[in-house]
Amino acid sequence: MPDTDPMRVTVLVNGQREEVRTERDTALLYVLRNHLGLTGTRFGCGLGRCGACLVLIDGRPAYSCDTPVWAVENRDVTTVEGLGASGRPHPAAQAIIDGQAAQCGYCISGVVISAAGLLAVNDDPSEDEVRAALDRNLCRCGAHNRIVRAVLAAASSLRASRDSG
Amino acid sequence: MAGTRDARTALPPSLAANPRLGDWLRVLPGGVVEVRSGKVELGQGVLTALAQVAAEELDVDVARVRMIAAVTGISPDEGPTAGSLSIQHSGAALRVACAEARAIYLGVAAARWDMPVGALTVQDGTIAAPDGRTTSYWELADDRLLDRPAAGLADPKAVPDYRIVGTSVPRVDLPDKLAPRPRFVHDMALDGMLYGRVIRPPSRGATLLDVRTESARALPGVVTVVRDGSFLGVITEREEVALRAADLLRADAKWHEAPTLPDEDDLPAFLTSAPAETRVLAESPPPSSAAPAPAARSHEATYHRPYLAHAAMGPSTATALASTAPAGDEAGVRLKVWTHSQGVYPLRRELARALKLTEDQVRVRHVEGAGCYGHNAADDAAMDAALLAMAVPGRPVQVVWSRADELGWEPFGPAAVVRVTADVDTRGDVLSWRHEIWGNGHVTRPGFGRSIGLLAASHRDGGEPIEPAAEPPLERGGGAGRNAVPGYAFPAYCVVNHRLSVMPLRTSSLRSLGGFVNVFAIESFMDELAAAAGRDPVEYRLAQLTDPRGRAVIEAVVRRSGWADWSPAGSSRSAGHGIGYARYKNSSAYCAVVAEVEAVTEVKVRRLTIAVDAGLVINPDGAENQVEGGAIQATSWTLKERVRFDRLTVTSDTWDSYPILRFSEVPAVEVELLPGHENPPLGVGETAQGPTAAAIANALCDALGVRVRTLPLTEQQILAAMPD
Repeated sequence: MPDTDPMRVTVLVNGQREEVRTERDTALLYVLRNHLGLTGTRFGCGLGRCGACLVLIDGRPAYSCDTPVWAVENRDVTTVEGLGASGRPHPAAQAIIDGQAAQCGYCISGVVISAAGLLAVNDDPSEDEVRAALDRNLCRCGAHNRIVRAVLAAASSLRASRDSG
Repeated sequence: MAGTRDARTALPPSLAANPRLGDWLRVLPGGVVEVRSGKVELGQGVLTALAQVAAEELDVDVARVRMIAAVTGISPDEGPTAGSLSIQHSGAALRVACAEARAIYLGVAAARWDMPVGALTVQDGTIAAPDGRTTSYWELADDRLLDRPAAGLADPKAVPDYRIVGTSVPRVDLPDKLAPRPRFVHDMALDGMLYGRVIRPPSRGATLLDVRTESARALPGVVTVVRDGSFLGVITEREEVALRAADLLRADAKWHEAPTLPDEDDLPAFLTSAPAETRVLAESPPPSSAAPAPAARSHEATYHRPYLAHAAMGPSTATALASTAPAGDEAGVRLKVWTHSQGVYPLRRELARALKLTEDQVRVRHVEGAGCYGHNAADDAAMDAALLAMAVPGRPVQVVWSRADELGWEPFGPAAVVRVTADVDTRGDVLSWRHEIWGNGHVTRPGFGRSIGLLAASHRDGGEPIEPAAEPPLERGGGAGRNAVPGYAFPAYCVVNHRLSVMPLRTSSLRSLGGFVNVFAIESFMDELAAAAGRDPVEYRLAQLTDPRGRAVIEAVVRRSGWADWSPAGSSRSAGHGIGYARYKNSSAYCAVVAEVEAVTEVKVRRLTIAVDAGLVINPDGAENQVEGGAIQATSWTLKERVRFDRLTVTSDTWDSYPILRFSEVPAVEVELLPGHENPPLGVGETAQGPTAAAIANALCDALGVRVRTLPLTEQQILAAMPD
């Protein structure tokens, strides 16, 4: 059966308006990864239970694996690729590199999204607040404590840059 | 002459098996050294450590080393990346190969300048003569120089001369993963790539009777449906269509189902009564000259672990491309496969066998996947992709497993029962010890059995079931028998394994194999014996442990955790601490763990203190990361994990039914690496698994006074273990 591209769907991703051809109930995840080539957002479970697929929708963390693409029309989607400024990684991503706070790295995009969502509303979180915010992410390698320290370090660097700038 | 010698020494086994220097490294004119290892990145950081070894011996900056992912036909064949042996095998080979390459390049410079090699120095690849003349590996770069077998003529550096090995070089793969740039096999986007999905049987014994494919084929973007016996797959232009088509096929398939699984609620009874091959794995009788000391008392206890899943964050994935020409491409290759398998060569052998191709007709390339903790479904996904790709020559096909298939169909770490019996003297010290294991084996890796060890092969028309898992010999680390031989100086012991000859659920290697349950059992039992004798668990262990390195890790962890002064005061009454110790495989890294737990309605591990002696450590930060990660994963296994099933199939196929430890549940972890004292390097990735489980169980007993011998340590198991 030829692929007749049943629909044109418009999405706003990382500030760019993009038109893709897919069914309206296609999960946002596949639009991001395959239609737009934004492979930093990852498939983990397809049920919104592991956090590998997290993106920001209107600034808040949301699971792209079980969000149909129709639900984000006219909303602002930010993937991990769109978090950093001028080619520089988000402070949380940088802190994870600095602290070698990952092992396989498969979960880490979702972790960065969770951290960015938290730091956007709370730039001085306690360790417990960081852990609570990251409870929507699963990590199998056991990098949790390093990740928590990295997010706290990112918060601290964000505050420092805000105070100085 | 410095750097060379007259007497040749034996090459490390990996280098002897793959002697051509050019297979291991290549100098590029642009100032880069390409290094090839047969070992693959599993998320453990091995590429970084191996790059350090190469850079050290070559005297180049580690940033100049480019690690090339393993690919059949080009990379050295080092078997699977398993058993915490990558540094011992590949590191040892690279050390000698790179030292020899350095000597060869120095020899060329020395000949050109007509001066002795010993007069030359190398700094970051630049070769300098005393008179100020310089050249470099890059200027002299010539592949012909390394197109020769290693001769073992150059001395690798002595440990005190190390400048790169032993330092915490940052991971080479993390920048891509954080940028992020495509690096995972899941991220591949080859031209014209199609998306495949496999519809697995609804239960373990199910066979496909009939499937109506019209609805699926009617979806826009469906390329074809592939059926071969009970193997059913679909190929589509877009991934979202593959998901929908797979759902339709699942609904339109008729299967014959029959119960094949044991009663999960009575699993120990199944394990101890199922047909099995019984073997004595190790036995050390007391010296015949000495009369056996009379036993004052006898003790016995039985422990149980459930099946455990690898449960990687990213489901197993592979991409395959079949050639359109029957004879294959210009190199005669008919099938290319991109996979996160632990072993590209063993997988190639198995794929060739399954698909009736020659090995040369199959090229298998490693691309990183999510964290790998043993034999997961990576190889199975490669077979799925290969079968689908053969149906659409010329178009690459990517197959991604679903979460349900990953948790339901991957090979599991086997459930087991372990019974330990000991006769003790009047002080409570062990006189004789017996350790008996019941369960499936730990190895069904591709290429290790008579049947083809790939899931789809067993589902195809005429496919044979994967035969029950084997038991590798104890000298190679064993499987079920791993760490079953007590590490203490007991006057007599006997280890018996009952390897099941039926395999209702496919089992294979999971991080530390039998070491997890054996150390859990041994170290729990040691605490039980200490308690029966009224002795401190640490003193009791040290009194029977003669290995100085073992004693040192216990002493270190005792000191660091504040064992002697520990009290539950300041927290709840139901807090406790406990210790666990083992030398992994009885031949690898030493590890002692102290756990502090709190048990109210459920067990919470507050803190783990860990001491490890792994000999020479290539990358201390990487080693700490591995030990800490292993301990956290073991905490998850110990507290939460258990594969669930009914008589038909596995039911724990979501993160809700197979929960793992979350951020808010993770204990604080401190790792102390003991000085290497020039001992050879030992792998660290698996050393903490067993000691962590035992330390937690012992801490739980300290907290509640209840000895729980069944994993996981859930509220239900604690209640079941309470005296009536």
